[in-house]
Amino acid sequence: MAKSTFTHLFLMTVAVSCLFPLFWMVRCAFMTNETVFVDKAIIPHHLNFGNFAIAWTKGNFAVFFLNSVIYTVSVVMGIVLISSLAAFAFSRLRFPGKNILFYMFVAAMMIPLPGSFVALFVLMSKLHLVNTRFGYILCMINVGLSMSILLFKTFFDKMPNELEDAARIDGCSKIGIWWNMAMPFARPAIAVIVIFNSLNVWNEYILATLLLGDTKLMPLQRGLVVFQGANSTDYPVLMAGLTMAAIPIIMVYLFMQKHIVKGLSSGEMVG
Amino acid sequence: MNQKAKITAIVKDNLQNFLFVLPAVSIFCIFYIYPFYKMINLSFYDWRGIGPMHFIGISNYKELMGDNLWWDSIGHAGYITLIALTFQNALAFALAWACDREIRMKRFYRMVFFIPPVLSEVVVGLIWNWILNPEMQNGQHIGLLNHLLYNSGFPQLVHDWLGDPKTALTTIAIVNSWKGFGWGFIILLAGLQTIDRQLYEAAKIDGASAWKTFTNVTIPMMLPVILVVVILTILGCMQVFVLILTMVNEGLVNHTDVPVTRIFSAMQNTNRFGYACAEAVIFGTILVCVSFITKRLTDKAKQA
Amino acid sequence: MLFALAGCAQAPQPSNKLILWHWMTDRNDAFQKLAQEYQQETGVEVSVQLFAPSDSYSQKVIAAAQANVLPDIYGILDKKSIVADFIKSGLAADLTGAMDADGGSWKNSLFDKALADRRFDEGNIYGVKPGIYGVPIDVTNEQMLYNKKLLAKAGIKKPPVNFDEFINDAQALKRVGITPFVSGWGELWLLDCFASNYAFNIMGEEKIFATYRGQVKYTDPDWIKVFNLFARLRDNGVLIDGIVTKGNKYAEQDFALERAAFSFNGSWCVNVYHEMNPGLDYGVMSPPPISSAFPLKIWGSAGSSFVVNAGSPNKDKAIAFLKWLTAKDQQLVLARETYNLPSNKEAIFGVSPILEEFAKGMNQSTHPNIWPLNEDPSVSEAFDKGIQDIIIGEKTPLQVAGDVQTVKDRQMAQGNR
Repeated sequence: MAKSTFTHLFLMTVAVSCLFPLFWMVRCAFMTNETVFVDKAIIPHHLNFGNFAIAWTKGNFAVFFLNSVIYTVSVVMGIVLISSLAAFAFSRLRFPGKNILFYMFVAAMMIPLPGSFVALFVLMSKLHLVNTRFGYILCMINVGLSMSILLFKTFFDKMPNELEDAARIDGCSKIGIWWNMAMPFARPAIAVIVIFNSLNVWNEYILATLLLGDTKLMPLQRGLVVFQGANSTDYPVLMAGLTMAAIPIIMVYLFMQKHIVKGLSSGEMVG
Repeated sequence: MNQKAKITAIVKDNLQNFLFVLPAVSIFCIFYIYPFYKMINLSFYDWRGIGPMHFIGISNYKELMGDNLWWDSIGHAGYITLIALTFQNALAFALAWACDREIRMKRFYRMVFFIPPVLSEVVVGLIWNWILNPEMQNGQHIGLLNHLLYNSGFPQLVHDWLGDPKTALTTIAIVNSWKGFGWGFIILLAGLQTIDRQLYEAAKIDGASAWKTFTNVTIPMMLPVILVVVILTILGCMQVFVLILTMVNEGLVNHTDVPVTRIFSAMQNTNRFGYACAEAVIFGTILVCVSFITKRLTDKAKQA
Repeated sequence: MLFALAGCAQAPQPSNKLILWHWMTDRNDAFQKLAQEYQQETGVEVSVQLFAPSDSYSQKVIAAAQANVLPDIYGILDKKSIVADFIKSGLAADLTGAMDADGGSWKNSLFDKALADRRFDEGNIYGVKPGIYGVPIDVTNEQMLYNKKLLAKAGIKKPPVNFDEFINDAQALKRVGITPFVSGWGELWLLDCFASNYAFNIMGEEKIFATYRGQVKYTDPDWIKVFNLFARLRDNGVLIDGIVTKGNKYAEQDFALERAAFSFNGSWCVNVYHEMNPGLDYGVMSPPPISSAFPLKIWGSAGSSFVVNAGSPNKDKAIAFLKWLTAKDQQLVLARETYNLPSNKEAIFGVSPILEEFAKGMNQSTHPNIWPLNEDPSVSEAFDKGIQDIIIGEKTPLQVAGDVQTVKDRQMAQGNR
C-alpha cells in the first residue's frame, strides 16, 4: 500500500533527523580536540577511547551523578505525590476557593520569574535552605508543580463518574479513590509527568548554581560545566560527558513510555 | 441540632478536601507567591541590583509602553510560537496518530522522537551552529546545509541562515520546533491511547470513513489533551531563550530578541532590575490573556 | 512564623577557613592545587567554589549580596559603577592599607594598569573613597592576530601597518579564497572594544569622554568616521559571514582552524589556540591605525580580580591569601597552567613567546574601568547594535549616529547616569 510506504518514509525521515545529533555527539566523543572539526569521515579514523574516562574523573562524575539521581528521584516522587493529590481535589472534590487556587496554579506557569531570583535567594537564605539538598529539592518541586497539576487534572476529569460513585458506595475513602482509581486511570499522565520532570531536574543548572554552594552537593550539569571553559572548550571530553549524562534520562524515558502505551489496564473499565 | 451537625459535616468535609491541596499550596506560596510579590514590588522601583532602591511609581511601565524593542521581541516570540503551533504540533499529531495504530517499528519511533527534547541545549546549539554555518574554507562550504544544497543542485539557495534578518527568526523557529515536537508527540500519544477502542469499533460498524472517524471520534475525545498541548506549546515557546543564546549569541542585532532575552538584557547589560521586573509582569499578563482566550476558543469548539 | 524561626542568625565567627567564589572554569584545578599548598604552608583552609557560566555566577553574587551571605573572597563581574555600589554597600573592603604596607611592596609588584582596574582615584564620579579595592590575578589585552601561513599564501610579506594596507591585504586574501577577518562580534563588548580602539585613534580620549558627558553628539563627523570604518569593512568583504551572531568561542575555533587570516581577540586566546592547533603559526599586532591624529589605544587591564568581603570576620586572612596568590611563584604556576598573562611583574619572564608579544601591548593600553566616566549602558547597547546594523547592511552610518544620539538624549534627560 502506497499509504503505508509514505507513512514509513515520513516517519523514517523524521527519525533520522532526530538520531543525527545523538550520533554526532557520540562520534565527537571518540575524537580529540585537534581532529574533532577536521576529520570529516563518518567513523573517525582514529578512535580515542580515553575521553570517557577523562570526563568521569576530571568531571568528578561519581559525586555529581549521585547527586543528580538523588535530586531527580526525590523531586519526581514529590511532584507526582503532591500534584496528583492537589489535582484530585481540584477535579473531584469541593471546597471554597477551589477555582481561584486552580487558576492561580495555571497562571503561575505563565508568569516567568527571571527577575525573582534575588527575592528567592534572600528568602531561602533566611530559611537556612541555601546550600542544602532539601532546599533545592523543594524549589525544584515547585518548578514542576503547575504543569503537573494541570496535566493530572486533565486526566482525572476524564475519569467516568460512574466508577467513582460505585467506589464511594462501596465505602471507599477519598484517599482510597485517589490511590485505587484515579492514579491507575491517569497512568499515561504519570508517565508523562515523570519524564518531563526527570528531564527538567536532570538538565537543570541555573537554580543549582544559585542555591547550592559546596561542590559535593552539585548535580551533573555542574560537572559538565567544567569542560566548557570560560574561553576554551574541550569538545571531545564534553561530548563524552554529555553522552554519559544523556544515557540515564534516555533510560527513564524508555522505561516510562511503556506506560503511555498501556493506557488502559483491564482494571478500570470493569471497575 | 440537625442544622449544626450538617454544617459541621460540611466544614469537616471541606477541611479534609483542602488537605489534599495543602502541600502544593504551601510550597507554591513560599517559592512562587512570595518572590512574585517581591517582583511586582520591585517593578515600581529603580534598582541596579545592588545599592539603594528608588521608588519611581509607574515610570517603568510608562517607559515600557513606548519601548519598541520590547514589543518587537513579543512579536518575535509570537512568531516562533505560531510556527510551533502549526508546524510543530501538526507534525507531533501526525506522528502520534501514525504510532497509535499497530505498525512496525512503533517502539523504535517512540524512542527516537524523544531524543531532541532529551539533548541538552549545548549539544543542540553546537550541532545546529555547525549545520547552519555560512562560511567557506578552501572553496568548500563548511556548514552541512549549505554544503548539501550546493552539491545537490541548489546553489542559489545557499544562504547565511542565521545572519540574514529575513531568515534568522524562521530558522530559529524551525530548530525550536524540531527540538520541541517530541513533547507534543508523547502527550498526544498518551491522549490517543486513552480513547476507548470500542468507539472506533462502533464507528467502523457504522460505516464511517476515516475522515469522519477522525472528526467525530478522535478530535472530540482529544480536545482536552489538545488544549493542554496548545497551552504548553504557547507557554514554552513564548519563554524560549536558551536556544537563541546558543544559536545567535546576543542576537542578530535586535531581530532575534524575545521577551526573556530582553529581561535578562535589562538585568545584566543595563543593570535595570526594576525595569526587568516590569517587563516580566507585563509579559505574564499577556500570557495569561492569551491562555484565557485559547481556553475560551476551545470551549466554544467543544460545544460546536 | 517561619520567619521568626529563621530570624535568629548569629554574626559569623572568625575561623581558619576561607571561602572563595569564582567563575574561571579553566583555572579551577590550579586554584585547588594552590589552595592545598597554602593550607600546608599556613594551616588556613581555602575552600575554592566554582560557579559557571559567568552569567550564573553574577546572578549568585547579586543575590548573595542582598542576603548578606557573600563569601570571604569573590569577584565582581560587572561595570565599575556596580563595583562602586558594592563598595558603598560595605561589601568590598578597602585594600589600600595592605597594598601600601612595607613601602608599597605588594602594590609595586603588580602592574599598575592591572591595579587601576579596581582602583578609585581622587574625585571619582562614583563618590567612592579613593583607594584600591581589588586584587588582579592576571592581565589581558585585546589585539589583532594574523596567521603567517595564510598571509604568505596571499603574497603578503608583512602584516599591515595602517588601515588602508589592511583593506588591500584583505583584497589579496580574497583573491586566493581566504576569508580575511573573524572575531566574536556576536558578543557586544568585543565589538565595542574594537570600535573604541578606533575612536581613540580618530578623535582622542578627551573628545570621547566629552561625548559621554553629553557635550559632543554622536552625529559629530568624527563619530561618523568611526561608523564609516565598519561600513568600509563590510563593503570590502573583509568580515567573515555571520560575524554579528558569532560567539567568541566560535571565532576562536575559526582562527585556530585557519578559516580566516586575521582575528581580533584577547590574550586568553593563546590557551585556546594551543589546545586546538598547537602548530598554528601566528603573530600579534595592534589593530592597524586609520588616522595619524591620535594614538590607537587597545584595551588592556586586569583580566580577573578578587575583592574581599568587608563584612567577613576573616578579612585579614583573606588579604594574606590574595597577597600569596599574586606572588611571583604562584603567578608563574597560574600562567603556565592556563597561558594567561600574570599580574605580577616579575612573573612575566617565563611565559611563552606569543604571550610576550601580547604583553608588549600593555603599556599603550587603556580600559573602560580606568576612565573617569563610562557611557550609559543603554547608549552603549544602542551603539553596539547600531554597528551590527551597519555590518549587516540594514542601516547607514548616518542613520545609526542619529539613533544612538536619540537614545543618548533620552538618557541624559532622565538623568540616568
